[in-house]
Amino acid sequence: MKGDTLNASVEIQEAEIQEAGFAAVRPLLEIKDLAITFATSNGAVQAVRNAHLTIMPGETVAIVGESGSGKSTTALAAIGLLPGNGRVSAGQILFDGEDIANAGEKRMIELRGNSIGMVPQDPMSNLNPVWKIGDQVKETLKANGLPSGPDDVATVLSQAGLPDAARRAKQYPHEFSGGMRQRALIAIGLSCQPRLLIADEPTSALDVTVQRQILDHLDKMTTELGTAVLLITHDLGLAAERADKVVVMYRGQVVESGPSLELLQNPQHPYTQRLVASAPSLASRRIQVAKELGVESDELLAPADATAAGPAVAEDVLQIQNLSKVFKLRSGFGKSTDFSAVDDVSFSVKRGTTTAIVGESGSGKSTVAQMVLNLLTPTSGKIIFDGVDTSTLNSREIFAFRRRVQPIFQDPYGSLDPMYNIFRTIEEPLRTHKIGDKASREKKVRELLDQVSLPQSTMQRYPNELSGGQRQRVAIARALALDPEVIICDEAVSALDVLVQAQVLNLLAELQSRLGLTYLFITHDLAVVRQIADHVCVMEQGKLVETGSTDDVFDAPQQDYTKALLNAIPGARLMLPPEVA
Amino acid sequence: MTTYILKRFLQLIPVFLGATLLVYFLVFSLPGDPIVALFGDKPVNEAVAAQLRVQYHLDQPFWVQYLLYLKSIFTFDLGQDFSGRPIAAVLGEVFPVTARLAIMALIFEAFFGILFGLIAGLRKGKLFDATVLVASLIVIGIPIFVLGFLLQYFIGVQLAWAKPTVSSAATVQDLILPAIVLGLGSFAYVLRLTRTSVLENMSADYVRTASAKGLSRFKVVRVHILRNSLIPVITFLGADLGALMGGAIVTEGIFNIPGVGNRLYRAVLSGEGPTVVSIVTVLVLIYCLSNLLVDLLYAWLDPRIRYDS
Repeated sequence: MKGDTLNASVEIQEAEIQEAGFAAVRPLLEIKDLAITFATSNGAVQAVRNAHLTIMPGETVAIVGESGSGKSTTALAAIGLLPGNGRVSAGQILFDGEDIANAGEKRMIELRGNSIGMVPQDPMSNLNPVWKIGDQVKETLKANGLPSGPDDVATVLSQAGLPDAARRAKQYPHEFSGGMRQRALIAIGLSCQPRLLIADEPTSALDVTVQRQILDHLDKMTTELGTAVLLITHDLGLAAERADKVVVMYRGQVVESGPSLELLQNPQHPYTQRLVASAPSLASRRIQVAKELGVESDELLAPADATAAGPAVAEDVLQIQNLSKVFKLRSGFGKSTDFSAVDDVSFSVKRGTTTAIVGESGSGKSTVAQMVLNLLTPTSGKIIFDGVDTSTLNSREIFAFRRRVQPIFQDPYGSLDPMYNIFRTIEEPLRTHKIGDKASREKKVRELLDQVSLPQSTMQRYPNELSGGQRQRVAIARALALDPEVIICDEAVSALDVLVQAQVLNLLAELQSRLGLTYLFITHDLAVVRQIADHVCVMEQGKLVETGSTDDVFDAPQQDYTKALLNAIPGARLMLPPEVA
Repeated sequence: MTTYILKRFLQLIPVFLGATLLVYFLVFSLPGDPIVALFGDKPVNEAVAAQLRVQYHLDQPFWVQYLLYLKSIFTFDLGQDFSGRPIAAVLGEVFPVTARLAIMALIFEAFFGILFGLIAGLRKGKLFDATVLVASLIVIGIPIFVLGFLLQYFIGVQLAWAKPTVSSAATVQDLILPAIVLGLGSFAYVLRLTRTSVLENMSADYVRTASAKGLSRFKVVRVHILRNSLIPVITFLGADLGALMGGAIVTEGIFNIPGVGNRLYRAVLSGEGPTVVSIVTVLVLIYCLSNLLVDLLYAWLDPRIRYDS
């Protein structure tokens, strides 16, 4: 019964849209010469200038850009939710012909929810932690004058692909996984069947396979409802795959816009060209297309060049044998259940090569990294580094081991001490291992900064003065300080914008060919793997499901899980000519 | 949850024993002989003094006195104070008065503190915000007895809006002015705490999402900003209830309120061990219980906090 009424309303809405379409092809959203200004203590800052874009009813348009490009700000202006100190200083935002750029709060409240919906970026912070999921859906329906009984709430949630919705509605956000929360947020965004949905990086916080499922579902729902979508993303591959049109923003301005494939194949603006060249999802896709056309993949990517030149000796520097890690989970009153985080994993890493461990959150890949770093003790199995079982090392030998195996972690904000200046940060490992005197250590730090292409003036600065990419370079310099043989990169580029990510990956590849480093690269991003790794280990729920050379795994994946992961790379379905680069 | 509450009640036992022992010891070590003090300026009648010493077990060593006192508690006979009245009756007289005063002060500081804090937070940097911030600083800065005397003089004596002193019945009406004086300091803290918390929550992602749903401003504030902002405030208020009960000594002195503070002060001065220990023990228990209440409220307000497992 419920489904019937809903389908009926969908049909009515579609009919309305068609009617509107016949009457006059008027854009649903038209942004003209938009300028947005933020009032700060240093005066007015213009975040967006001369932005323009048009969305027809039912159409999907993507805004692509890096953080700070003004893409989210533009989208927030369209729903009247600019932060307190921001305002539209010029231009128009026409929603169905009505200028809402400076519309009153009352009018915006009428529009929000049932005319313009929003799916926000971070599923962890966008649901109020103290209210049940059902309540948060219910208040949306209620505010927009729709029936809001428990059945209606359950219908809305189940349409967004949440299983067992009636029971789930009674749970709190912290009892949901990230993917489930994002589904709940999509349910909220679409619950009142808006004509325009603003989706601000709706899946960037999720695993690729979950990302794919959710985007597919969002596609399906918006197509059924005839909803136009304004998709905000930093991933050009994802934008091109999901949107009819792409608008590229750079430093507050629209630098280029056009139909997705056209823009991808023939980017005009230099920034777009750089973006197309370095988007990891596109790069990996390009290699694949090139291979099909018989071009050597190495020629297409600078990082691949370097890694290919690197390895000469094929000696195993690391051997992981039947590694397992079992965690005891408390389940009340002294009882505990075993949780197998890593289950019988074996692989080896050859000197001077890059091995990537790929998997989703919870696959156990970071646990492996921590055991290799000797930060966690394995439950069973062996880690053999340079012929020695690391579990047999005494504390002095572990100290020496640490010098040879260094980590680079994911979060460039959390892994640097904010109270240490950069010199002290990089010098610290040298001091800890009592290497050299003051003068030679300073010389070494200068060399290291050169190696990671940071100016020497950086030494006197503090982490909060540096950008994410610069911080990650500092972390790399610190890892290199002890001239290690193996570097464990745990999601070392995941937190960075694509262009910065490409630079850091290039740097890592260059350092590898120059210093003969071995990398163990932990990542969830297959597109990155394609660019940097020689060997791939795919992990799923603690088990190693597939291992092989990068080319073999990408060209001929054996396991369904690997295939699903590969398919989930945004842009995987795009047909790209190799000369795009 | 029941297990948790039970555990917390069991924890009260060592707290109770520790508190009574400590306070009993402190009173025992006070300099001066309480019996001699009883005679005041009159010459000490050694026979009467000796008899009193036996009656109040003051001739016994510390441990015996303490154990005798514990025994009397568990037989629900708290003994008598020096004027011969049962201590239980004294407690029954003074605690309701102070409880009334403390609860009125709590209602005052919670209602106005949260209200003003919320408005100040929502209108950050505007005139209201600036005014209450300065006013709260002044309130925090001035000692409570100064504030008490000032309000008593101007509102009670000059303007005669409220009675300057409290009758022996200590009715709700009598206690309005003292309750405001007692609650003023905490009011300023509640205000500032609420304001900070509101400011923090206003920029939370879920508040923006709530607006994007099409909720009215009022709903966004009530459902999403206020409730989340109250979590730290409630914690403060719960802990403050205990502090208000025990900290009313100055206020009770100024307004001559026949409450716990007044009685405790007199008992300390005259070295009435059992009376002091009884009052302080009840205060400690109230403090523990109000903390338990806070923890339970905390879990109720924030579903992420669970005490089981």
